[in-house]
Amino acid sequence: MPIGARAGLKPADQLRNYAGQGMLEAAQLNPKVVVLDGDLGNSTGAHEVKKAFPDRFFNIGIAEANMVGIGAGLASCGYIPILTSLGSFLWYNAYDQARLSVALAGLNVKFLGSHSGFSTGREGPSSMGTEDIVLASALAPMTVLVPCDPVSMRKLVVAACAHVGPVYIRSSREPLPHVYAEDVQFEIGRANVVRQGTDVTLIGCGLMVPVALDAAAILAEEGIQARVLDMHTVKPLDVAAIMAAARETGAIVTGEEQVRTGGVGSNIARVVAETYPVPMRVLAIPDVFPDTASPAEIMQDCGLTAEDMAGAARELVAVKCAA
Amino acid sequence: MSDIASLRELARQLRLDVLDITAGPGGHVSSAFSAVEILTAMYFGGVMRYKPEEPNWPERDRFLLSKGHAAPLYYPVLARAGYVPLEKIKSFRQRGSGLHGHPIQGSFPGVESSSGSLGQGLSIGLGHVLAGRLSGLSYRVNVLLGDGECEEGQIWEAAMAAAHWKADNLLAVVDHNKYQQTGPIAREMSLAPFAEKWRAFGWEVAECDGHDIADILAKVQAMQQVTGKPQVIIAHTVKGKGVSFIEKDFSFHGRSLSPEQDAQAREEIRCQ
Repeated sequence: MPIGARAGLKPADQLRNYAGQGMLEAAQLNPKVVVLDGDLGNSTGAHEVKKAFPDRFFNIGIAEANMVGIGAGLASCGYIPILTSLGSFLWYNAYDQARLSVALAGLNVKFLGSHSGFSTGREGPSSMGTEDIVLASALAPMTVLVPCDPVSMRKLVVAACAHVGPVYIRSSREPLPHVYAEDVQFEIGRANVVRQGTDVTLIGCGLMVPVALDAAAILAEEGIQARVLDMHTVKPLDVAAIMAAARETGAIVTGEEQVRTGGVGSNIARVVAETYPVPMRVLAIPDVFPDTASPAEIMQDCGLTAEDMAGAARELVAVKCAA
Repeated sequence: MSDIASLRELARQLRLDVLDITAGPGGHVSSAFSAVEILTAMYFGGVMRYKPEEPNWPERDRFLLSKGHAAPLYYPVLARAGYVPLEKIKSFRQRGSGLHGHPIQGSFPGVESSSGSLGQGLSIGLGHVLAGRLSGLSYRVNVLLGDGECEEGQIWEAAMAAAHWKADNLLAVVDHNKYQQTGPIAREMSLAPFAEKWRAFGWEVAECDGHDIADILAKVQAMQQVTGKPQVIIAHTVKGKGVSFIEKDFSFHGRSLSPEQDAQAREEIRCQ
């Protein structure tokens, strides 16, 4: 069953198309926006800007470190460069440059990493973006956005370009179902409640938001009402929304397409532990590199399916009731 | 100030500045000394337009220090150029001073880029070149590289791209002092044939005596006339230049001088 089907979401669309539209819209809104491409512009959506504004598009070639440095120079002169590549190549090839050339001075550079998580499944683990959120989040001034559907992809790219400071926006190779209607509003740092509930809260980002909605549909059949939060801004986290979830539902399950060590779930757990401790489960990629497989198979291997999430929620509700 | 004698006097003073500010907190004295005449020529030789009272003047010529370990030279140069009062540089490496051990953009006026991990300045300079094109500004971009730094792959990514984009307002100056931290470059990781590498990447290449200010200025002025390709000046220098016992011992890289060595170094510099 495709992701989002249980929850009745509209069928999936390619995120790259919406990322491209978002970049184009940002470029139309602000003449300072320029796009740098790591020779993947037809895969990331960057070619949308190349077509409309050829003078504001630069293919840097297959040289991510150089791309990040050039972005730092452009930002130093008042431009807003969007650096585009696969999330894995951006963060693994050019982390030192992201840290030193960009982050130390808090430069206004946007990193747009596509094909993240295990969405490149059959290409194998080498190009999977399974540590990109951890790496980006570790840099002090970085804002990290993980859109969960086509509309949020487009809107968060535009929001990232309007935000002053370095931002990582994470995209996926996999098409994702529509969680949102066109009129949805986003505020960086403010989680969206995409389903109301009082028994348990499922917090997802990216792919794991529609998965959480599917899990909520499963739980609803059993009489468990799950709240679902789209934590599209994974740094800085929406502490108020997390505290409200802990206080009002008494149990939290997180899900992410990322390694569990230092990932979103562990950061949410820190907030919960420090503010309003409640039982939690963190669903993430265990400390094993995923196998070459379809993304659906990898989700099964990593325990990230809607059934897994529903199962974790069910356990927590039992714990909560026994207490 | 542009006559050579006064520039040489300034260079002598800058070496004393380096000793002054590193005496307590330490710093890379020998790597600073090899670049003294290069920075003197660039900042005080009339080859760059800049306004210390307006550090972010959009039309300024850029100078990016990619070999950030020359920080104890860079701050005195910026101070003597007028970016801050000379008094300010005494707080080198002190908490809250903004004079980081390796310069950080935004922390000190005139610092165009962050450094401290080698290999990054040329790419950042290239970003300034592209920004100039987008803005229709005609400034030049100058980047100081270390020679050991040229072992970093990113330098050659940037070199390739600069030639591809015919970045003829980009000048790299390599402080070719022939040593990296653990020994002679020729022994540890040879760059040879160094000039030929740059030429093969599509750059105009000149070489000069990196301690002869007149020679440096002549080469910079010649390079500023080149069209259609980026330029590099390989400035042959001596690590620790100006102090005999530092010149003879590469192990001074990043090592502080003892009080006795400091006194001897000052004596030698004063007598030059």
